[in-house]
Amino acid sequence: MAGTTQNSKLQWLRNPGVLAALPASIFLLIGFAGPLLMVGAYSFMPSRSFSLNQIPTFENYISIIHDSYYLSFFWSLAMAVIVVILLFIICYPIAYGMAKLFNKWANLVTALIAVPILISENIRLFGWVLILLKNGILDGSLQSLFGVSASGLLFTVPAIILGLVYVYLPFTLFPLVIGISMVPDTLKEAASDLGATRWQIFREVELPLSMPGLMIGGILTFVLVLGSLAEAKILGGQAIVMIADDIESAFTFAQNWPKGSALSVLLIALSGFIVFLLFRRVDLDRVIGRR
Amino acid sequence: MNRPSWKKLTERFIILWTGAVIVFLYVPMVAVVLASFSKQRYFKFPVPAFTDKWYQKAFSSLSVRELLWTSLSIAALVTIISVVLAFLGALAFARYDWKGRKLYQRLILLPIFFPQAVLGLAMLLWFSAIGVTTSWHTAVFAHLVWITPIVILIMSIQVYSFDPALEEAAYDLGATRWQVLTQITLPILSPGIISGAIFAFLLSWGNFPLSLFTTGADQTIPEWLYAKMVSGYTPMVPTLGSLTLSAAAMFLLVAYIIWLAISARRRRLDSL
Repeated sequence: MAGTTQNSKLQWLRNPGVLAALPASIFLLIGFAGPLLMVGAYSFMPSRSFSLNQIPTFENYISIIHDSYYLSFFWSLAMAVIVVILLFIICYPIAYGMAKLFNKWANLVTALIAVPILISENIRLFGWVLILLKNGILDGSLQSLFGVSASGLLFTVPAIILGLVYVYLPFTLFPLVIGISMVPDTLKEAASDLGATRWQIFREVELPLSMPGLMIGGILTFVLVLGSLAEAKILGGQAIVMIADDIESAFTFAQNWPKGSALSVLLIALSGFIVFLLFRRVDLDRVIGRR
Repeated sequence: MNRPSWKKLTERFIILWTGAVIVFLYVPMVAVVLASFSKQRYFKFPVPAFTDKWYQKAFSSLSVRELLWTSLSIAALVTIISVVLAFLGALAFARYDWKGRKLYQRLILLPIFFPQAVLGLAMLLWFSAIGVTTSWHTAVFAHLVWITPIVILIMSIQVYSFDPALEEAAYDLGATRWQVLTQITLPILSPGIISGAIFAFLLSWGNFPLSLFTTGADQTIPEWLYAKMVSGYTPMVPTLGSLTLSAAAMFLLVAYIIWLAISARRRRLDSL
């Protein structure tokens, strides 16, 4: 089946792989590439226009540079960096346990951690609101048990970080598990027999071999946090404005589609660049299929 | 340093840590359920009095029924369409060898890495440009763009472990294309298809950022919850939150039972 594909375009089209790839590819061409091109086109339209038949202009990009949007880009990037670092520290021990330690329990742990992804993010974040609220679960417990109050927790930057760590934990964890299980135990034993210290084994054997999983986990989380909207709005109130929030209000309150599109293009370019770096270095067949 | 005891200590730490993190994941959901039974208009802890009146109100409310129906219709359609698209997509991803596969693998996964709120807004522009009025139908389309790649990824994991020799053996024994598909390929890949369908349904059921911009005048439950959380809080927020939560839990339970039945049947067949 595989060897006969090179000769002509018609034969390439007859390959079952090509045929199987067609429906989803065509769908995403219409549903994903189309909208993206539309955003790109709108970003060059004059401010506040609602159609594409105007003379293209750079004014949206220029006004973005002059306004204080760099602040929301900064906050989004800062949040992404902080959350990825925290999640690596939180997830590494668990991932190690799931890959090497838990054996038959690993499936149960996987299920327990995967189930929350399937519950609406809004409901789970609302749970944190109830916990952190003035007279909420944490504040109320502390008051009735110790007489101390913890009322100023909600609508702060740490509350946003908590929400982001909470929501994106599985997205870091699962790729990490795949990464760590790609390290053969025999290799570590061999290194140990040859006199390597624990730290050396970690740095020279475990880290490089599990790198594809670590990179996918880190970059997936980074990109998702970069474009996150609900956490900062629900748990952060007015504490900070992240870039997705700016984009949303440009489209909705300000009714300025071209400005919102230009901001989207910048966010897409930033995330796209990071994902491109990832895909250049990772072989998906090896990571997902483990062959 | 005594090596074995150090190892024991790390192992114990890892187990405790994992347990703590799992508790951390579930605490907010418990909080929502607790709040839904609280009698006060505004939540207060410790809860002074409990009631089920919010549930009675929710069950008798027509607008709640409409929200449920919209969310359910979207999720059901998204599941059916995405499973079909993704089944073929996963075969192309992991089963067949073809020129252009590496590029396909990367492009098809891009929507997963994409900020959903921006994707929703891009869809809004797209629908308005091609002159489609947004309603829950357009939300199905929007959900599919994000969910199909995820289902492809989930199914691909199963497809990678599929041995193509089984199909070839069936062909050699004179089976038709259709027979091979329904009697060899589909049954073997069914665990992947089921997990894909579960993810498709629940991710659509709980989705907020895509729905927000693409449902038009219709509203899903996550949208309603968000609107009420940000402005105009009512005690129905935890109630409806708990209801969708338990609906998702029930769905998972039923899926798990089906799963058990299938694997029991498979074991019986294997032992023949």
